[in-house]
Amino acid sequence: MPVLDVNGAPVWRRRTTGQALLRWFGWLLGVAVFLFCWQRISDATTWFFVWDAPRIADDIWSRATPPRWDYITQLGRPIWDTFNIATLGTLISLCLAVPVAFLAARNTTPSRLFIRPIALLIIVATRSINSLIWALLLIAIIGPGVFAGVVAIAIRSIGFCAKLLYEAIEEINESQVEAITATGASRWQVMAYGIVPQVLPAFAGIAVFRWDINIRESTVLGLVGAGGIGLQLSASLNVLAWPQVSMILLVILCAVVISEWVSAKVRGAII
Amino acid sequence: MSHRELDDMLGKGWRKPPLVRHPVLRWGLVAGFAAYMVMAVLTIEVDWGRVYEGLDRGWQFILSFTRPDFMSRWGDIWDGLVESVVMTVAASVVGIAISIPIGLGAARNIAPLPVYLICRAIIAISRSLQEIIVAILLVAIFGFGPLAGFLTLSFATIGFLSKLLAEDIEAMDRVQAEAIRASGARWMQWINYGVQPQVMPRLVGLSMYRIDINFRESAILGLVGAGGIGATLNTAFDRYEYDTAAAILILIIGIVMMLEYLSGVIRARVQ
Repeated sequence: MPVLDVNGAPVWRRRTTGQALLRWFGWLLGVAVFLFCWQRISDATTWFFVWDAPRIADDIWSRATPPRWDYITQLGRPIWDTFNIATLGTLISLCLAVPVAFLAARNTTPSRLFIRPIALLIIVATRSINSLIWALLLIAIIGPGVFAGVVAIAIRSIGFCAKLLYEAIEEINESQVEAITATGASRWQVMAYGIVPQVLPAFAGIAVFRWDINIRESTVLGLVGAGGIGLQLSASLNVLAWPQVSMILLVILCAVVISEWVSAKVRGAII
Repeated sequence: MSHRELDDMLGKGWRKPPLVRHPVLRWGLVAGFAAYMVMAVLTIEVDWGRVYEGLDRGWQFILSFTRPDFMSRWGDIWDGLVESVVMTVAASVVGIAISIPIGLGAARNIAPLPVYLICRAIIAISRSLQEIIVAILLVAIFGFGPLAGFLTLSFATIGFLSKLLAEDIEAMDRVQAEAIRASGARWMQWINYGVQPQVMPRLVGLSMYRIDINFRESAILGLVGAGGIGATLNTAFDRYEYDTAAAILILIIGIVMMLEYLSGVIRARVQ
């Protein structure tokens, strides 16, 4: 225990002098890095616009309220498209994520040396790129539209679902697998009766969780042209129709809140 | 299981029990799902001719990953990457600093009811608005540049981190906090010695995770003009310079992998 000697009486301290110095230098370095970053941001900013911001914000607010309520009649189809992008994208990604997860889990992979790294690479690569970037890419390849959105969501979700699923597979109870193996079951039977029942609740939870996230993401995919309500949003923004923008934002907010509520209810029922 | 049931089952093959026990509910779910699928697939317009044409371009893109072009646009890529990293660092620091008091306020066992409600409201607002929509609004208010991206990421960090921190504080061990309080500690000392040591490992882990997310998000903020690598990436896609786009994507994946590895090491050390 580090103790400081003050006038012959020991006084408790949290850290030794060396530790305190080290921490001090760590903080100094952190603050320096932060100030450097702030300097770069500040250099790239037109401060006149920032000082003017309250007036602009006030101006936008006065234009955006009240929302154009009757515009909602035109939003039915885009919302349906958004819902489809999220749901179909999630379904496709689950179909692709299950084999990847089984190939990536240490206890089910056929080859730790060759196949597991490939599966992990697929997981990292699809996970680290945002669905908007996938949508950009797919629009360049297969043209704008809802289909590009579905595929973008599907690809983006593979990594997320497969990562959570393979972690669930690695945590299963091995004795159940052994019991099934002892009955003389084949590799596939062990899979179907020993492993799948154990990861099924986790799988359902992951699916609903990802669906919730995908509803959020698919509302903005239209900004780059991949269908859904984002198309209306970007069209309204381009013509500066602020009452329509605020109406669309309200609808998106409702969709997000409802999907989160559904997902919380379903996960509560499963787990 | 009674003797009667056992007698009935003897001599018959075992069948897997169905997932949903009630037959009407089971078949109702299947029928509803099938009906939805038919409707969803019918309403998605896919221009298969365009998709077929695009396959060639998709293949070109995949091929370009084998020969990424880092050099010809290196200046733009470097500027974009540095801006993304700068935004990530600054926004993470500010976001974490703000989310700690809000997280404390949103924990019911520490904060009085009015503070609790205000903090929870802030968290709910921050969580229900997506980054990209916040970025659009902030770009409209503050003008183009990394400042809007920095504010967006800080705002998103607050919702994410405060919520999880508050949940962790609510689940802490009361006894330790009470012991500190019984020694006559002031409020600050109580937080510092009774609460903080209990939640620190999780706070560090979550912060690392959020830095990772912030970097990934900073890659798309450029699409709406909020600074970062996204603008460069968008230009590369628009000009069909797939080699450059592949180079940027490889860099993003590389940095995300590095961050993930780093956060794994740090989390293993603090826990």
